[in-house]
Amino acid sequence: MTDAPRRRRRPGDVVSTFFYRRRRLYLWLLLAPPLLWFGVVFIGALLALVWQSTYTFDDFTMQVTRDLTPANYRALFASTNLDIVSRTVAMAAAVTIACATIGFPIAYYMARYTRGAWRGVFYVGVMLPMWASYIVKAYAWTMILSRGGIIYWVVDRIGLRGALDGVLTLPYVGGSSLSTSNLGRFLVFTYAWLPFMILPMQAAIERVPPKLVEASADLGARPWQTFRTVLLPLAFPGVVAGSIFTFSLTLGDYIIPQLVGPPGLYIGTMVNLQQGSVGNLPMAAAFTAVPIVIITIYLWGARRLGAFDAL
Amino acid sequence: MTIAVELRDVSRHFGDVRAVDRVSLAIEDGEFFSMLGPSGSGKTTCLRLIGGFELPSSGRIFLHGEDASDRPPYERDVNTVFQDYALFPHLSVVDNVAYGLRMKGIGRAARRREAEAALAQVALGGLGGRHPGQLSGGQRQRVALARALVNRPRVLLLDEPLGALDLKLREQMQVELKGLQRRLGITFVYVTHDQGEALSMSDRVAVFNLGRVEQVAPPRALYVQPRTPFVAGFVGTANILTGEVATRVLGGAARSVSIRPERITFGAPGAGQLGIAGRVADVQFHGATSRFEVEADGVRLVVTLANRAAAADAASPALGDAVELAWSPEAMVELGTGEPS
Repeated sequence: MTDAPRRRRRPGDVVSTFFYRRRRLYLWLLLAPPLLWFGVVFIGALLALVWQSTYTFDDFTMQVTRDLTPANYRALFASTNLDIVSRTVAMAAAVTIACATIGFPIAYYMARYTRGAWRGVFYVGVMLPMWASYIVKAYAWTMILSRGGIIYWVVDRIGLRGALDGVLTLPYVGGSSLSTSNLGRFLVFTYAWLPFMILPMQAAIERVPPKLVEASADLGARPWQTFRTVLLPLAFPGVVAGSIFTFSLTLGDYIIPQLVGPPGLYIGTMVNLQQGSVGNLPMAAAFTAVPIVIITIYLWGARRLGAFDAL
Repeated sequence: MTIAVELRDVSRHFGDVRAVDRVSLAIEDGEFFSMLGPSGSGKTTCLRLIGGFELPSSGRIFLHGEDASDRPPYERDVNTVFQDYALFPHLSVVDNVAYGLRMKGIGRAARRREAEAALAQVALGGLGGRHPGQLSGGQRQRVALARALVNRPRVLLLDEPLGALDLKLREQMQVELKGLQRRLGITFVYVTHDQGEALSMSDRVAVFNLGRVEQVAPPRALYVQPRTPFVAGFVGTANILTGEVATRVLGGAARSVSIRPERITFGAPGAGQLGIAGRVADVQFHGATSRFEVEADGVRLVVTLANRAAAADAASPALGDAVELAWSPEAMVELGTGEPS
């Protein structure tokens, strides 16, 4: 028998073998950059932010001093600031529910019924809006929603102008036109964050074995029951993941509230105002802590409800 | 006997593929009925048609005399034990078992009680609080069984339920399944590619090939009287003599016959026996039996001998020996063309 041809040794072999024998060192070398990035840049910056939110802002000199004070957090509970928080949270909740409701069927269809090229079409379709400039899209929506815009034109054509005007007279929802109403702002937010909801839901639904849906039907569950007792609980981690995106993006956004909808500050616009125009960085930092706290409470609640049991 | 499940000329096409091709079957009430065949033979699709997970492209399906062809699974009085069990990972074992009762709107306490009873029935009492992920393969299999049986279906469909278990456990579960079926009197429709499993448990077996049913018969008849070359070859081992060789050995007109390996003996043919000469091409020791392959006239014949005493083994042929094979005429079964009748 002749020897099997042997692989020629290459100079790099020494290095490969060195690391092959020292798994732990290899692992540390792999992990060090992301750990540094995560630890220093991300967590460190967050801690610095929380720390600086307790600095003092002098209203007279407009200067920040390093004297620690709880005043900024106390100020959060002033009624005008509470209004800002509740207004933003209510919008975030409405947008999240809308994105989940609209996104679920799309995500389900993508996960279950698309293959190959057709699935590619869906991915591109879902993500395409994200490729365009965000500010351009927000401006475009002000046109779309304005009187004389395409929505008013279509509504006029199909004779539903009365209904639209009726909806716009409702408190909280309405306004003088779609582009200056909370309804309009809600539509733009929902449009903007929908992809962030669809993609994690699609990934979660894909992980639910189709056999389970069949088993549920086999045991007498109607489609709605199967959705409620099998599909939704198992895909729920994806819904939660998506809702964290839609929620925190709404809580932090300062562009859409300025361009679409009625006047009135959002958390994002307030942060922008405090640090940009006023220069009250500690107050801006205190406002930034609000979404962090809200998301933490939200995740804790989701966990308590068993959202992650299926993971 | 009443008919529990009836398929009348049922076909299921996926594009150009005829997964099930004009199948007609009548499964009796209380029967242990197996659908046997290689993968892709249509047996699983056939089961899914009965369960309602697929709808027939043509033909009708009757459950206890009622036309169920277009009914969804949740409106059929059948339950399924799935191949990989399909237990709900987010529910505890007892909630898995109680799922069907919950869908029927039975109260929490009552369904819990029934689920616990069903678990006890499959020897899993006390494990109800666990989650499926914490169970072994064999235990999961029993949970799947309990989850189906708790609904008291009139027909239980089983899709290769023992496929994922190791040999010993599989043999034990075969005995238990058969006992359970006898005790409950439920119709079992059992899909398997394992001919030993089908033969040992079933009242009747349907052999599937290429989407069609080749033969439906009780296990013994299937083995002794296979009607087509496919059935002869798939159920047990068969030596099929066909064409020239058959003409030469048997004399007379060309026909195909099947001879089981255990019906052939070594040695010159006696009075009234047939025979062929050849050379031993392979010897395999299987414990209770030995398996010989003999090359004769360009065909390979398989012969199995029981291993009785160590002394007798010395006399058995060795690799390369020239041997003669003999068998009685009644050991031969004449085969049809393979077209199902």
